[in-house]
Amino acid sequence: MSLEVSGLVKSFGAREVLRGIDLRIEPGEIFAIAGPSGAGKTTLLRCVDFLLRPETGSIRYDGATTPAEPAPAIALRRRIGMVAQNPLLFRGNAAYNVSFGLCIRDVDEPELSRRTADALKALGMSDLAATRASVLSAGEAQRVAFARAVVVRPDLLLLDEFTANLDPTNVNILEGAVREYNRSTGATVILVTHNMFQAKRLANRVALLLEGRIVEVGAVPEFFENPKDPRTRAFVTGEYAY
Amino acid sequence: MTLAGDILQITALSLLVAGTSTLVATLIAVPIGTVLGLREVGSARLLRNILFTLYGLPPVLAGLLVFLLLSRAGPLGPLRLLYTPLGMVIAQVVIVTPIILGITMSVVSTVERRVKDTAFVLGADRYQLSITVLREAAAGVLTAIMVGFGRAISEVGAVFIVGGHIEGQTQVLTTTIITDVAQAEYGHAVALGVILLLLAAVIYSLLYRIQERTLP
Repeated sequence: MSLEVSGLVKSFGAREVLRGIDLRIEPGEIFAIAGPSGAGKTTLLRCVDFLLRPETGSIRYDGATTPAEPAPAIALRRRIGMVAQNPLLFRGNAAYNVSFGLCIRDVDEPELSRRTADALKALGMSDLAATRASVLSAGEAQRVAFARAVVVRPDLLLLDEFTANLDPTNVNILEGAVREYNRSTGATVILVTHNMFQAKRLANRVALLLEGRIVEVGAVPEFFENPKDPRTRAFVTGEYAY
Repeated sequence: MTLAGDILQITALSLLVAGTSTLVATLIAVPIGTVLGLREVGSARLLRNILFTLYGLPPVLAGLLVFLLLSRAGPLGPLRLLYTPLGMVIAQVVIVTPIILGITMSVVSTVERRVKDTAFVLGADRYQLSITVLREAAAGVLTAIMVGFGRAISEVGAVFIVGGHIEGQTQVLTTTIITDVAQAEYGHAVALGVILLLLAAVIYSLLYRIQERTLP
């Protein structure tokens, strides 16, 4: 899925969080949005995923704006998946959580069971399928949340600081799963992170977002080795204090 | 009828009236409470205040209102429901519905915002979102039903007025205890009181088990 964001503005009260965002993200790429906390990264993702309504500007999905009618709007929403920093798992076990998106799409039982089992297996969670969500560790919970997002095969996957505060093993598993999902489905991935190393490891292109504005967008080698904007250079080299 | 048969009949009718009224009130209150709990708008707040007021509705007043509705001159008089178990159920539904509705509304409105957001981003439509929130609030909703049943089984004023405490027809445990005391039949009254207590204990322990299972 391609994404075209034009002139996006979003405020909370008097505070303008997004100040005219323009971005174009190509189908199938892994696009990282980097920036310090409070830059507006999560707000931007929440606008893309219809959780927030921007004041002005537009977002075009595969060249089309959001349909006004509820049914096509749900159909579009169902093509987008999201994993948050601290995911909420529903009451029930890991398998129930992973199968949630399939249930609400009326996927029939044999296929639902198969796809749920496959998704859990891909994240190394097969033995925890029947474990209650409330007793899972942070890393396990995040893997369940990831499996829950991708089991419905979204065309656009939004990842919001999805490995923050996780141990290296879980980070490794989840980053591997992102690469594999992107490779096997051709889905577009937008990764929001303040971890420049992760952006470098996963993304094809990176954008730096500072104080609600896009400072620079570039392919990974160019962005990290030859940044055009001094703020990007400061951010990449770690000189930028945040 | 023997004493044991008499007590059995009174106990069965008590359970039937309280159970049916709780069931009917649940069917009315849970869907409405869920919808209102999901809407944090001014009208829902106003309704919540009205419901909280109705929590304290005196059962005798509810009984009087239902009596006037069901009496021969009342709008529902032709249905001839006065002094029948069905009339008693109606009176208890009036008392129990606001309780279950109010508690359901409160527990649904306190379900984390993230539950709604998560269901939304996973592709839930409005109906699926409501069901998801209700599922997360299941333990609280069950508490609402337990409180409602407790109010129904222990209620005396409304069933006395609407049921009339007719022997063999509309006698329930609470109204019989009242008349026993009035007639100085203390032993019989205490026996019925113990039965009422045991019934409550058995039903609450069953509901508690269900509630435990719904907890994470």
